[in-house]
Amino acid sequence: MKQIESSLYQIYKEMLSNYLESKNEHTLYSAQQFSKEMIEQDMSPEDMISLHLSVFREIIQYVPDDVEDSFDVLLEVMVGYGLAHREHQSLRDRQRELESELNVAAQMQQSLLPSDPPSNENGVELGLISVPAGKMSGDYYHYMTDDHGRLGVAVADVIGKGVPAALCMSMIKYAIDSLPEQRLQPGPLLENVNRVVEQNIDNHMFITMVYGFYDPDVHQFHYAGAGHEPGFFYRAKTDTFEDLKTKGLVLGLSKKTSYNEYVAEVELNDMIVLLSDGVTECRYGNDFIERDQITALIRKYSHLTAQEIVENVYRDLERLQSFQLRDDFTLLILRRNM
Amino acid sequence: MQVQTRVDIHSEWGIVAARQAGRKLAKEIGFGSVDQARITTAISELARNIYLYANQGEISIEEVASAGKRGMKVVASDRGPGIKDVRSVMEDGFTTSGGLGAGLPGVKRLMDDFDIDSEEEEGTTIISIKWLR
Repeated sequence: MKQIESSLYQIYKEMLSNYLESKNEHTLYSAQQFSKEMIEQDMSPEDMISLHLSVFREIIQYVPDDVEDSFDVLLEVMVGYGLAHREHQSLRDRQRELESELNVAAQMQQSLLPSDPPSNENGVELGLISVPAGKMSGDYYHYMTDDHGRLGVAVADVIGKGVPAALCMSMIKYAIDSLPEQRLQPGPLLENVNRVVEQNIDNHMFITMVYGFYDPDVHQFHYAGAGHEPGFFYRAKTDTFEDLKTKGLVLGLSKKTSYNEYVAEVELNDMIVLLSDGVTECRYGNDFIERDQITALIRKYSHLTAQEIVENVYRDLERLQSFQLRDDFTLLILRRNM
Repeated sequence: MQVQTRVDIHSEWGIVAARQAGRKLAKEIGFGSVDQARITTAISELARNIYLYANQGEISIEEVASAGKRGMKVVASDRGPGIKDVRSVMEDGFTTSGGLGAGLPGVKRLMDDFDIDSEEEEGTTIISIKWLR
């Protein structure tokens, strides 16, 4: 340490005397480079001032008392700056720690979501995209094909985002996982999930959800919703979109809630679109995007595969709002293709 | 044994008096000008805390020696409301007064040893030492 100090002293002395003699820009440039090294070596502002004064004293031989005394004031002020500097460093280190913790948590969260790509067998094609606004997501999605080729899908949205929302999201996953016998009963499934949510989360947190399954034998989509953003039903024959309206209270509000079940007859190339409110609450400038703008985008890409449709819609909406997501974004499209 | 200097803190004058006594002793012990400024800043912050949160208390300073090292000990004590959650006031960025004070983490950084003992409704004692290098 003492060695470093004495070599810094020498370097600084050389720079300062050079400058006092020549007043050239080149020396000032060296000083600027020197400051980077000092910062790297954790030299505090007050130590720097003190170094300057002692070097100056040695070069000038006689420093007027007034000048010397003025450094008392400067030093006192710089101690405060030095403290702020060190606090800043320690806060920065802590932020790094928190960030790496969050990264681990985000990875864990990813492992809660289905990892195998959706299969496009049984005459139905699935496309899905889910992008968190921050590192962690409050959106949950689910898909699973049973032994009879029936495909169950769900989109859930925890009101709020970030870590609290992500913690709630994991509960939805476990609730659905623990109800295998209700996968073909959207209404009772939501009733059970509602009971779990109601018992386990604070009153001020809400979760909306839509669950449905497609039966390729009878070409029907059965579904139920809990206060969730309505999806769309696309009729290929007429090339029109209808709202996939459901009636049902958001999850976690009331212990005894029942959910209506709906059935849609699905014809060839019809699409079922489920989404989270991060899709409909996309903003450009001060305006919210209209639902018919979303359906227009889906129609624009409807010649592509379901996965390509959701990816293109996301890309367009992302650009529309200058690549800043305000809310977690999940879009799921299911299309009958046989 | 070295003499202890005590300064009562019940006004901003007390803060200045404590600084002055601290700087004088630091100089006598042989601290350089930067460490003198650090010690007085620490005394300032400790004294201000007493003045702002406990209304009154005292700062005592003395020379100490241990294992061949010389140092300066600063003790701030008051019978004020005490600190409810010591861990949180030791966190960076925590300031109850809302001002940009260095706070206790700042004092800890300025000094070498730092210990805090606080009891709610009883008061707070903070012991800190700066060693001569």
